[in-house]
Amino acid sequence: MYFRVKIYVCVKHVPDTAANIRPLGGTAFDETVKFVMNPYDEYALEQALRIRESGSGAEVVAVTVGKAVAASTLRTALAMGADRAILVRTDAYFADSVETGRLLHRAISLDGSPDLILTGRQSVDTEGMQIPYRLGVLFDMPVAINVTAFSMAEGRVAVEREIEGDLREVIEMTTPCVVGAAKGLNRPRCPTLPDMMKAKKKEIRVINQADLGLPSSVPAVELLCLQAAPDRGRGRILEGDPEKMVRELLRLLREEAKVL
Amino acid sequence: MTRIGVLIEEKGGEVKKTHLGALTAARQDRESEVYALLFGNHAEACRGVLQRYGADKIVAIQTLEPNPESFPEVRAVALCFAMDVFRLDALLGVAGQVGKDMLARVASLKGAPLVLDCLDIDFCSGVVKKSHFSGKTTATLRLNVRPWILGIRPNIFPEIVDPRKAEILTYKAPVPTSKRLVIREVKQGSSGGPDVSEANIIISGGRPLGSAENFRILKECASVLGAAVGASRAAVDAGFAAHAMQVGQTGKTVSPRLYIACGISGSVQHFAGMKTAKVVVAVNNDPDAPIFQKCDYGLRGDLFEVVPALTRALGSAQAK
Ligand SMILES: Cc1cc2nc3c(=O)[nH]c(=O)nc-3n(C[C@H](O)[C@H](O)[C@H](O)COP(=O)(O)OP(=O)(O)OC[C@H]3O[C@@H](n4cnc5c(N)ncnc54)[C@H](O)[C@@H]3O)c2cc1C
Ligand SMILES: Nc1ncnc2c1ncn2[C@@H]1O[C@H](COP(=O)(O)O)[C@@H](O)[C@H]1O
Repeated sequence: MYFRVKIYVCVKHVPDTAANIRPLGGTAFDETVKFVMNPYDEYALEQALRIRESGSGAEVVAVTVGKAVAASTLRTALAMGADRAILVRTDAYFADSVETGRLLHRAISLDGSPDLILTGRQSVDTEGMQIPYRLGVLFDMPVAINVTAFSMAEGRVAVEREIEGDLREVIEMTTPCVVGAAKGLNRPRCPTLPDMMKAKKKEIRVINQADLGLPSSVPAVELLCLQAAPDRGRGRILEGDPEKMVRELLRLLREEAKVL
Repeated sequence: MTRIGVLIEEKGGEVKKTHLGALTAARQDRESEVYALLFGNHAEACRGVLQRYGADKIVAIQTLEPNPESFPEVRAVALCFAMDVFRLDALLGVAGQVGKDMLARVASLKGAPLVLDCLDIDFCSGVVKKSHFSGKTTATLRLNVRPWILGIRPNIFPEIVDPRKAEILTYKAPVPTSKRLVIREVKQGSSGGPDVSEANIIISGGRPLGSAENFRILKECASVLGAAVGASRAAVDAGFAAHAMQVGQTGKTVSPRLYIACGISGSVQHFAGMKTAKVVVAVNNDPDAPIFQKCDYGLRGDLFEVVPALTRALGSAQAK
């Protein structure tokens, strides 16, 4: 089958944001928690599906770099409507972003030539905020992330992205390009049971990281250790008359906490 | 000796306050030489404050492109060139939206390691700390190759005066113009008030605010406090507040000195955005609200009574 436009969507398999993350010493954490598709990547995939449905005849390919279990996030992507999926299988949970960028680039390049690459604005696990930019340089494409509005026409993409101070930039890029999705871009669909049945028949191609033939090197950034972030614990609770409470609060903020 | 570049954002010759903290972060290593890098023609206007907070050199970067603000790709290449010319071992910036974008572009062009939103940096060992898993864990990371590209979370490093005499160097970056990415326009959103991302004090409202109109009570309090107004996702999704005001996982990450959460239950996703605030105050009418288990001070009461009382108390204190 011939597709006019090829869209690659990078999706990451991450712990649900509501899950309790329990470090187990060193860099390990309890991985038995619930995993889902990185929430921002849902917006990216939804955008790709909408482009296809607008009649462009696009093929939508979901790609992930992760452990074998990451296939379940690809299954979700297929159930949402991706045409096929690629898993670049790694052994370790944590990977350096320089490396992940190279693996995604190699896997996508070997598969086809992208007209558009969609990603999320950031991973909610490692909060790297850089893969789309790394892909941009490796593919020599312009990049915009944190995108909340998107349109594409005649070889140009127009997006809006949020910046500081409640300001939004309106950006125009040539295609092919990389777009990092944020909340507000669209409302991702929920796959139905029949969608999930259909997804079982779609293809997930598994490539071992080693087979992509990238030279192994020292990670540019290395995770040394993962610790639970300290919680502040139960606060000093004031009760009673509002006027009295706020006076006491202001005293505490000035004299004890010294923040006013 | 290491040479550390600090990417400075300014507006009309005024350096953004959070950026002085970046100079302080770079200055931690006494041996290093700190280069303040900025685009445009305001180097002279910024010199006083930059040298007071520890800059040894000020590099005014100029491009052939007359409007570099509209071409982030041109600015990123110019920064890469400047890093080579001044042989910088590291580039440090503030991880606001604009800083994050530029630092990620530079790191990608250089194939260099990048850590954004750092909570701590040790320039001797290249070991940094940052949040992983929405603030639930802290990761300790080591950068193994140079140059290091680092973005600090706004407000994490309070600025400290450390006077130097800084000379201004003008660097004309020979960057060819590229028009494949253009910022066509910058639009003002609908929230109106000051931005939460770099505010020192934030007062936020949740679902029980009930309407956009009711956010007025927070705005009134914010104006006497000199604070910005934030919101939970529940309040944003219900249309009570603009998305730009949302704090949390899918909103802004903030590190103010004081965060006052009014009618906010304390979900992990909300805490993902404000966990590193110095002091957290919660106003909630439910004694069992989860937020009381992770705040510094809790006020048990109806926010519609407590917040106006706070505004009045602050107002009368100011009047004295
Ligand atoms: C992927 C994902 C991302 C998310 N991202 C974010 C995010 O970025 N930011 C965010 O905030 N949430 C986010 N959420 C949603 C989050 O899980 C919560 O649903 C949300 O934070 C709840 O908002 P709330 O505290 O305002 O409302 P509620 O949970 O309804 O809490 C309201 C609180 O106000 C108290 N209250 C009620 N009336 C009064 C009154 N009159 N006076 C005082 N107190 C009162 C109640 O006791 C309660 O504690 C995300 C969720 C998911 C799944
Ligand atoms: N391991 C991965 N596999 C697939 N996509 C990824 C991976 N890591 C990051 N991405 C994509 O890049 C975006 C930004 O990630 P990050 O730079 O890690 O914050 C994510 O939202 C994903 O779309």
